[in-house]
Amino acid sequence: MAVAPPEARSTTTDVVRRQIEGRGADVPGLIFQALLLLSLLLTLAILVVLIVDVLPGAFTTFQDRGLEFLTSPLSRSAARTGLSQSIAGTLIIGGFVVLLAFPIGIAAAIYLEEYAAKNAFTRFIDVNIRNLAGVPSIVYGLLGLSIFVQLFGGFTGGRSVMSGGLTLAVLVLPIVIITSSEAIRAVPDSIREAGFGVGATRWETIRSHVLPYAAPGILTGTILSLARALGEAAPLILVGAITGFLAIGGEPNFVETLRNPFLALPTTIYNFARQPGGDFRGELTPAAIVVLLVIVFLANFAAITLRNRYDRSR
Amino acid sequence: MAQAVTGTDAGAQGEIDLTGDPKRLRRERIIRGLFFAAATLSIVISAGIILSLIFEAVNFLTAVDPAALVSDGWFPRRGLFDILTLLIGTLLVTLVAMVIAVPLGLGAAIYLSEYAKPRVRRIVKPILETLAGIPSVAIGFFALAWIAPNIISRFTSASTEFSMAAAGVGVGVLVIPLVASVSEDAMRSVPNSLREASYGMGAKRVTTVTRVVLPAAVSGLIASFIIAASRAIGETMVVAIAAGATGGSLRTFNVLGPGQTMTAAMAALATGTDQVRGASVAFPSLFFVGLLLFLITAALNLVAATFVRRVRQRY
Repeated sequence: MAVAPPEARSTTTDVVRRQIEGRGADVPGLIFQALLLLSLLLTLAILVVLIVDVLPGAFTTFQDRGLEFLTSPLSRSAARTGLSQSIAGTLIIGGFVVLLAFPIGIAAAIYLEEYAAKNAFTRFIDVNIRNLAGVPSIVYGLLGLSIFVQLFGGFTGGRSVMSGGLTLAVLVLPIVIITSSEAIRAVPDSIREAGFGVGATRWETIRSHVLPYAAPGILTGTILSLARALGEAAPLILVGAITGFLAIGGEPNFVETLRNPFLALPTTIYNFARQPGGDFRGELTPAAIVVLLVIVFLANFAAITLRNRYDRSR
Repeated sequence: MAQAVTGTDAGAQGEIDLTGDPKRLRRERIIRGLFFAAATLSIVISAGIILSLIFEAVNFLTAVDPAALVSDGWFPRRGLFDILTLLIGTLLVTLVAMVIAVPLGLGAAIYLSEYAKPRVRRIVKPILETLAGIPSVAIGFFALAWIAPNIISRFTSASTEFSMAAAGVGVGVLVIPLVASVSEDAMRSVPNSLREASYGMGAKRVTTVTRVVLPAAVSGLIASFIIAASRAIGETMVVAIAAGATGGSLRTFNVLGPGQTMTAAMAALATGTDQVRGASVAFPSLFFVGLLLFLITAALNLVAATFVRRVRQRY
């Protein structure tokens, strides 16, 4: 092969170098990247604006009322109304989710990942759970209305906090199952084989090997679904959260309290936001939103921190 | 592991018995049965949803005058159940939501998946998840108290603060994180070898992203849009707070005015503004609208699931 003369070789080198490095900056590429960054920043800005928007009103409320706003019952008067029953209702609903949706959801996830044969029935359950997770929350409200309020009204007390709690437990069940399944699926088979290898049965292996390994993942998913349940308003409107007053302490026992009408933070916010008075719209609604956001963000923060720690330790 | 030890003790006596402790096996069967019951509960829930919706929806359809289903508007108290009013309202709000959520969510997803340094992603992703965790009542109030006066009022001189546009923007804000996270997953599941092949050919990053990564991830991207649309159609609180028209609405295509969607109509039927509990035909109409909503979102979710499966099969 003939060797190119030195001067020709240097032109070739220049051409190739120019091709590789590009002539000047890649303007369309930079514009594209700038647009992408802009859309990301806009998305983040929405969060900031949303929070900044509710802070002044909330600040005024808490400055005027202090913690008394959190401990007073609901009232028609903007100057006297408070969130005590709403916070209690939301906590009781959270209790239903933790006590019902978590154990049942984790048990279903264990069955699907550890026991179920790969057959048509298992696939059917799996598809069914995924579809349930996509059903709009208000449709769960209709389920709660016809099953818990009407059909089992004698037991639940009709439009009661028990009906609301059961409805939201059903609402988050598919999410708990899906996230727990993912956590259990991520457990390496070698962990299971270690359990079987020393003669443990399937349940013993799950309890002593699989669940401890999957626990952080399961916990993250369940906390996130709890946050979702605490912020949910639409199903509670249908099972009747709006119009009641949750009487705390007046009942002979706790079960009677559960069968009473109730309030919850999200539905109270909906109530406040629809009141015509400027105090409700301008100050009380933002204050109630801040209380709800603090609860939901704390749950989210706990879940995210947990996951980050767990990711790093793997 | 005390049981495991007793199990081997029995075998050590003489001939080896591998059947195991019957008590231990019984417990094993009981636990398996309990887990199985938990898993099948989901089928009971689905059946409960479908049966209760169909039962009351049939009640509604047999009781209502068919002429009332196609009329001037949706006024349940006056016996007017024009379902088209609700479908048009839902469609308009969803369209506005998608106009907001698709560009912003997709842009954020491309940036996070293809451009952002790992450190940036570690900071931004939890913030996006926080945005996803904001309860919809809070976004609804935001739509009414901030989006309507600061954005929507620039496009209209109407005196009312309620509008489907404000609700649509609010719903859009609500589904941005959903679009972003599902799209990002789709793009990150595109194998790196495709990107490397593109760079190896001398392509710039923008070319690689738009000509290689996006086409390869297109099924997942479409799935994210469909899931977001389904979520937007089913969103209740934002529309109930910001769209107005709680007493009912005439059939309207005016996005800048108040309107009624399927979900908001259900919320209005259930609350004090338009309370019709018990007696009349208006109460079962709640379930009829619910059944329509369920069918529409279920169909969209099934389509999205087939797109997601296509991504999984390819890589």
